[in-house]
Amino acid sequence: MLTRVRRWGPGLLLISPSLLLLGVFVYGLIGWTIKVSMSDRHTAAESDGFVGLGNYVDLFTNDVNGRFLHSLRNLLIFTVVFLLGTMLLGLLWAFLLERGVRAEGLFRTVYLFPMALSFVASGVVWRWLMNSGQGDDAGGLNAIFGKLNLGFLQNPWWTDPEWGMAAMAVPAIWQLSGYVMALFLAGFRGIPAELREAAAVDGASTFQLYRRVLFPQLTPVALSALIIVGHMSMKMFDLIMSVSGAQWLTEVPAVYVWQTLLTSDYAKASAISVILLLLVAVVIVPYLVQTMRTERRS
Amino acid sequence: MTTTITRRTSPPAVAAPPRKRRGPAAGVVGRTLRYGLLLIFLLIVLMPAYVLVVTSFKSGSDIGVNGQWSLPEQWSTESWAKAWAALGPSFVRTFQLAIPVALISSLLGAANGFVLSRWRFPGADIVFTLILFGMFIPYQAVMIPLRDVVSTLGIAPGIPTLIFVHCVYGIPICTLIFRNYYATTVPVEMVEAAWVDGAGLLRTFRSIILPVSIPGFVVAVIWQFTSAWNDYLFAIFLSNTRNGPITIALNALAGAQSPDYAASMAGALITSLPTLVVYVFLGRWFIGGLMAGSVKS
Repeated sequence: MLTRVRRWGPGLLLISPSLLLLGVFVYGLIGWTIKVSMSDRHTAAESDGFVGLGNYVDLFTNDVNGRFLHSLRNLLIFTVVFLLGTMLLGLLWAFLLERGVRAEGLFRTVYLFPMALSFVASGVVWRWLMNSGQGDDAGGLNAIFGKLNLGFLQNPWWTDPEWGMAAMAVPAIWQLSGYVMALFLAGFRGIPAELREAAAVDGASTFQLYRRVLFPQLTPVALSALIIVGHMSMKMFDLIMSVSGAQWLTEVPAVYVWQTLLTSDYAKASAISVILLLLVAVVIVPYLVQTMRTERRS
Repeated sequence: MTTTITRRTSPPAVAAPPRKRRGPAAGVVGRTLRYGLLLIFLLIVLMPAYVLVVTSFKSGSDIGVNGQWSLPEQWSTESWAKAWAALGPSFVRTFQLAIPVALISSLLGAANGFVLSRWRFPGADIVFTLILFGMFIPYQAVMIPLRDVVSTLGIAPGIPTLIFVHCVYGIPICTLIFRNYYATTVPVEMVEAAWVDGAGLLRTFRSIILPVSIPGFVVAVIWQFTSAWNDYLFAIFLSNTRNGPITIALNALAGAQSPDYAASMAGALITSLPTLVVYVFLGRWFIGGLMAGSVKS
């Protein structure tokens, strides 16, 4: 017993500050937020009235103009386009690169470089590119479309009241496709060479090789990519603040929290935050549990 | 893994299997198509960078709807000067933020990662999962009480507060980076030999583990530096344009109703320069951090 303490006591000592900090600042503060979300603290003044799930119910049924549901709808459109875009482009780029091409390093470096930028910085240029003017007022991408005789591609981008959020996903796709490519590329390169050789010996065509052998091997990578990008999408805040600013058209829950805090409605802001946390947890927790389980087995 | 199946010669011992041979024309078409696509995507990805650079060298009067995609008629650094005047102080502050964050988080991560990679106590996986969850949460879920807590703790507003929160919320990713690093690259025998020689955990960590940890540190330092530099969410909640980092200042410069696009784009380039330099020169390790972010080792 004593030797065990001597051997592992210092280890506990070494990690306990971090555990304590995370315990307080992640789990403690989440608990606190949940508590506020069930209170009636709708102004800057302290208030401890308990309203249970009332604030949550209000968000779904009693929000002015259905604002919360509107923000969820925006988030859904954004997420679908963002996920489709990054997965398709990421897979395509990895597919084009995986068999080795000349200057592969250059292509990889360029495709991945937007990851090094902040959404705030790239938002500056995308705000300019996604200029909503058309025809003679066209600017940014619309101007290029006009010049290339692709006028039919001109569109109001994120200012479209119905589908604007799909346009908002374009800069996000630009920024993160390289990341998905890197994941897929690592996946391709992790496939044992024997599998390809066996397929070749069996006389498989290139198409069959990818369809039957290589793509199925990439399923776990695709799942990781979906979950990582998906959870980033739900938290999207910087990009929207930078491209459109906080406004009704492009409001998602993360932005709604910020807007609500500006009016000092702490209870409502907390309730939206908790819903956001739940949305993320629903995809992340099973992923983490699954990853840990696989790891223990190996 | 750069050889392809069609290019590979058949193994000498085995009779070459009958294989459909595509004519040389098909190979050329395929290769042309592949390089063509790669090149088109390259240009598309670089297009916003072109716009940033070109526009930043135009002077305020040079930006009209006409010729907005063309090179400046006169290359001018006026907009750069304007942007620097707006961003200079916060540029310095962001270094004061990102460098301590990178160093402190990495040290914490190294200690945690070492213990968790070697210490299989009951429930270790649950503890590790709980740690990891901290890097995925939307920080809005802690932000509201966080403001009160840091001010109650007496941490000065602005950069000191941001250093503190980035270090705390950087613990999960740094722990993960080092745990994976130690689990895969530092041989168990090395640690056990030290124990047999009677070295305790702390001494093993200090004199055996830390010296071989440089690659792990490079990845963690780059990751945390970039995250702290690019952060906007903590910054907007916990600081302002007078005491905050450069993302806040850039947003103030570019977020106006009718922004000066030339100055904004020069500002976006100034904001991106440090992380771009890191990416270009230390790209390999930057990607290491990206990969760690997907949890799988």
